[in-house]
Amino acid sequence: MDLATLLIILAKVIGLTFMVVLPLVPISVYFERRFSAIIQDRVGPNRVGVPLTLLGAKKDFSFFGLIQPMADGLKLFLKEDFTPSHVRKAFYWLAPALTVVPSLVTVCVVPFGSDLVVNGEHHKLVIADLDVGPLFIFAISSLTVYGITLAGWSSNSKFPFIGGVRSTAQMISYEIALGLSIVPVLLYYGDLNLSNIVQKQADNGWLLLPLWGASAPWNNGGDYTAWLFWIPAMIAFVIFTTSVFAETNRMPFDLPECETELVGGYHTEYSSMKFAMFFMGEYAAMVIGSALVVTLFLGGWSLGFGIDAAISDVTVFGVGIGGLIHMAIFMAKVVAFILFFILVRWTVPRFRYDQLMRLGWVIFFEAALINVFLAALVVAAPQYGPAITVGGLIVLAIVTGALVWVLKVSERKALPAAA
Amino acid sequence: MPLALFWFFAIVMLVGGLAVVSLRNPVASALSMVASFVGLAGLFIGLNAFFVGIIQILVYAGAIMVLFIFIIMLLDLQTEEKRAPKLAPVLGGLGIVLAFSIQLIGILSKTPNIKSEPLDLAAASASYADKSPGISSKLAAGHLPDVNLIGDVLFKGYNLPLQIVGVLLLVSTVGVVVLSKRQTT
Repeated sequence: MDLATLLIILAKVIGLTFMVVLPLVPISVYFERRFSAIIQDRVGPNRVGVPLTLLGAKKDFSFFGLIQPMADGLKLFLKEDFTPSHVRKAFYWLAPALTVVPSLVTVCVVPFGSDLVVNGEHHKLVIADLDVGPLFIFAISSLTVYGITLAGWSSNSKFPFIGGVRSTAQMISYEIALGLSIVPVLLYYGDLNLSNIVQKQADNGWLLLPLWGASAPWNNGGDYTAWLFWIPAMIAFVIFTTSVFAETNRMPFDLPECETELVGGYHTEYSSMKFAMFFMGEYAAMVIGSALVVTLFLGGWSLGFGIDAAISDVTVFGVGIGGLIHMAIFMAKVVAFILFFILVRWTVPRFRYDQLMRLGWVIFFEAALINVFLAALVVAAPQYGPAITVGGLIVLAIVTGALVWVLKVSERKALPAAA
Repeated sequence: MPLALFWFFAIVMLVGGLAVVSLRNPVASALSMVASFVGLAGLFIGLNAFFVGIIQILVYAGAIMVLFIFIIMLLDLQTEEKRAPKLAPVLGGLGIVLAFSIQLIGILSKTPNIKSEPLDLAAASASYADKSPGISSKLAAGHLPDVNLIGDVLFKGYNLPLQIVGVLLLVSTVGVVVLSKRQTT
């Protein structure tokens, strides 16, 4: 490995992780405050800006309070960092780092855009173009649970502990639904490389918008597979998105920090920058979750409608900047999805803990499992002909009916014992 | 894999493994085990076995050890921390480690130190040409599709054993539910 490659990798790591994803964290906090204010018919933070009046100008420069994230960050840095005497020190210090680091590590497999062409060399806008992309994200983000669990346990006090225990149970439960729900997507693409998945969506239509390229029936000789696949894809999308909400401990599933029951949950005993690290971890997980949803279901960096190839070829002064345009499209989609996250947080009330567990284990788990078979049926149908497909559909319907019946029976309250 | 990275992950793994047995606090032991798993996963990935490495983290570090910690946290740790290590188990453990080390040294000293040939991807690609074109084209393009290869072997070569193992796991799950939900009246 020569120095140039090493420098390019370093530039990608610093550029994409610390200059694209990390700034999104305070920006999404700002969005959250402004958007929630709009929802609740308030004004929100709109004042912080450059104090030009100090320099003799007539008015301050406050562009919708866009400097607010910096002020927030500065405030958190300058607050007193207080460590209660009853905590288990080593774990108490380790926990905030363990929540932030995994979220930022997962950035490395997210494809931010198509190739950037400099001097005829193609540079992919992804740090590590792994062949096991989604699995890598799941594996690393499953380590975030240690941060929250340890925070709850090391605080050595009751409310944080309950928060930590809740979070462990919740995250493990929803990891199952999360993993199962994307199996249909992987079946459809037959690939685990996120860059390839996005490239296929750019060429053949997004998973949830199969309107151009080879997936549109008028382009492929009347093959409706892509349109039929829309049904399992949509089910997978709903399950996946909801599970991401649960994995990131966001409303309506923020039971680990439910302040009406647990004061502050797992971060009750934390202050200053250590608290901010949990905050950052949550928002970074949200950014990565949005990026993953956009990548898998909504076409990643592709603009769609078959004009991505043209964008990739845009060249200014001999530098192919098509990749940067695609990156801007990707960021726009991610920010739009973050706004959706925020919208949900401020509209849907918090679940009760048993409802949360029931939703994860009883509804999503089964739905995701049936969805896998439905997707397999849709994908395999052209190869096997109508007779086997219809037979498979009937079997699937019977299995689904039986499952629903079992669930209803198991939900029924146990009859009082006969006297 | 650069040699430096190999040593880094090997040391992470070994130190983690040592810490598991030497630390008195059960939570610290469990976390050291996680570190050891992560080091092991790094070694797998260094051998181009991406899938195995990722599954190592996903299943062991991400799921099983979390449940371990979950249980440990609910226990009373004070008694465990105060318990002094007894001499006999420590000596026994050291003895077993010593026996294994001697065996390992014996085997390694007889193994010739040959550098393995790089994998002939073109030949591998040709051998998969009619069995599965997807794998063949990826091999021809010069990178190893380890997930596809594992899937190919598992679902085409060993489909029945795989199904049987799946049923076995299901039976054990049902068994656990039945045992834990047994009516106490």
